Amino acid sequence: MHEGCPIASPYFPPAEIAALVIENTEKVFSVMLGMNVAPQPMQVQMSVEADGNSIVSILGFAGAWSGAGCVSCSSELARKIAASMLMAEYDSVDDDVLDAIGEITNMVIGNFKDAAAPMLGHLGLSTPTVIFGRNFRARNLNGQIWTAVPFECDGEIFEVKVCLVPTNEASSTTQPSLVVSGS
Amino acid sequence: MQMNVLVVDDSAAIRKILVRVLAQTDLPIGQIHEAGDGMEALKKLESNSVGLVLADINMPNMDGLQLLNRLQASAEWKHVPVIMITTEGSPAKVLEAVQLGAKGYVRKPFTVEQIKEKISTCMKDAQ
Repeated sequence: MHEGCPIASPYFPPAEIAALVIENTEKVFSVMLGMNVAPQPMQVQMSVEADGNSIVSILGFAGAWSGAGCVSCSSELARKIAASMLMAEYDSVDDDVLDAIGEITNMVIGNFKDAAAPMLGHLGLSTPTVIFGRNFRARNLNGQIWTAVPFECDGEIFEVKVCLVPTNEASSTTQPSLVVSGS
Repeated sequence: MQMNVLVVDDSAAIRKILVRVLAQTDLPIGQIHEAGDGMEALKKLESNSVGLVLADINMPNMDGLQLLNRLQASAEWKHVPVIMITTEGSPAKVLEAVQLGAKGYVRKPFTVEQIKEKISTCMKDAQ
């Protein structure tokens, strides 16, 4: 599958993915952080890109469907999220901040996975991988699309993205491995 | 009588939150121990007196259900109540945890009140 021809899943449309992402992101931020988030119009993207100092936290799905889910935000918003979660101040992105973003991702994507179970069946979930860097890009090897939902939070924008494809479709090309590159 | 608690989660952030909740509650909590997975939890149990375990399910090395299984198979630890605190919400996992002897199951994200209520119930049952 080449880059110009993304697989659009006929079984689980981006609008339905986005609705579940919004429901579960609002729940996690409200209950766990006491923070309100405002969803923005969803987008369909080919890769996870980060400009400036950014954090991306990614979990993989396995089962009848393969793919990944991720949360990406600026380092400034990551420090605010960690501060709300752990009731401490963070001047820089340290292990606590990365761990907090990993756990928020785990909850958002984990709750999305359970909400999607009636449509997708039971899926396994990996533990999160958190990447902190500058100007990097991650994409699936076989070019499946990401359903991306931006959220406004405390004057900043973060994104929750999900990429899902039936496993037989993924295995007919290659497994949807992620490749991360940066400048 | 105070009850020592073991918090088992691979996320240091969640351990910090739970330790803070336990420290601030008016329940008779004694010492609070932490472990990053099931294997580390067993070592903590061997060297400390623990009356209650709060455990995640999805962890490396030994997950929460494997830990629960080990505790139930042990004459020394089978009576230590375990509350699962996890993102994992599939009915099959919840049922498995209950069948293995979990005394409570809390989904993440959780509220402080949910955690306090489950611990309080466990403490009353243990008396």
